[in-house]
Amino acid sequence: MAHWIWVALGGILGALARYGLSTWGVRKFPSLLPRATLFINLSGSFLLGILLGSGASEPFYLFAGTGFMGAYTTFSTLNVEIVQLMKKREGRVLALYATSSYVLGIALAFAGDYIGTLVRG
Amino acid sequence: MASQADNLSGGIGMNAAAVGFFGAIGALLRYGIGRYVGGWWMSSFPLGTLGINFAGCLALGWFSSWAAAQKRLPAWLRTGIGTGLIGAFTTFSTFSVETVGLVRDGLWGMAALYMMLSVIGGFALAWAGYELYQAQVRQRERRAS
Repeated sequence: MAHWIWVALGGILGALARYGLSTWGVRKFPSLLPRATLFINLSGSFLLGILLGSGASEPFYLFAGTGFMGAYTTFSTLNVEIVQLMKKREGRVLALYATSSYVLGIALAFAGDYIGTLVRG
Repeated sequence: MASQADNLSGGIGMNAAAVGFFGAIGALLRYGIGRYVGGWWMSSFPLGTLGINFAGCLALGWFSSWAAAQKRLPAWLRTGIGTGLIGAFTTFSTFSVETVGLVRDGLWGMAALYMMLSVIGGFALAWAGYELYQAQVRQRERRAS
């Protein structure tokens, strides 16, 4: 029973962190490139990599990994934003957004995982 | 400046409460489906996350275009379902980390397949959701005329 509660608590905080950051980011740094979602997905990939590499214990991973990082980052918003850029015929911004999300996201997950294994020793 | 929809719903605090509540449901659904798929899917291929992300892209593509046309939909419900429920249901960080895990295990082909399916499928399904709503609008207009 307890593992569901950890996931729910992490999910609340992760979704709120994304909502707060993106609302603030859109107001503070308005741009065609969805910078807020990009920052969220990249930072979340890096941090989840660290968490996994460091071998976090089960309840903590359910809270911080499955719950928080899972809900903080978002795959659906990324793709809807890509469709919106396509509808606006902003091909260059679309290419930049998609490429940086996927290439840097996986690279940062790699880096995080590596740092995590160093922490574990 | 508060929009009319914000006034309708009680403003920012109400939106945040909805994001938190629906975000928990989204995360729990993702966890539950992941566990269920993990119970019978024996391959290393991350089928659970792929299915979750595909479903969420289709849902958000449809919902965001539908919600944009609903003048009387309260802002808290729009934000709660779009940002909270569907946003927290899908996950980018798990996708990245799972790709890294496949590469680390030497499963290069599977990692490449997972990436390609996620990138192309996620986009195609978000687009399909958007187009589905446009088709519904056209059908309604045809019936009305």
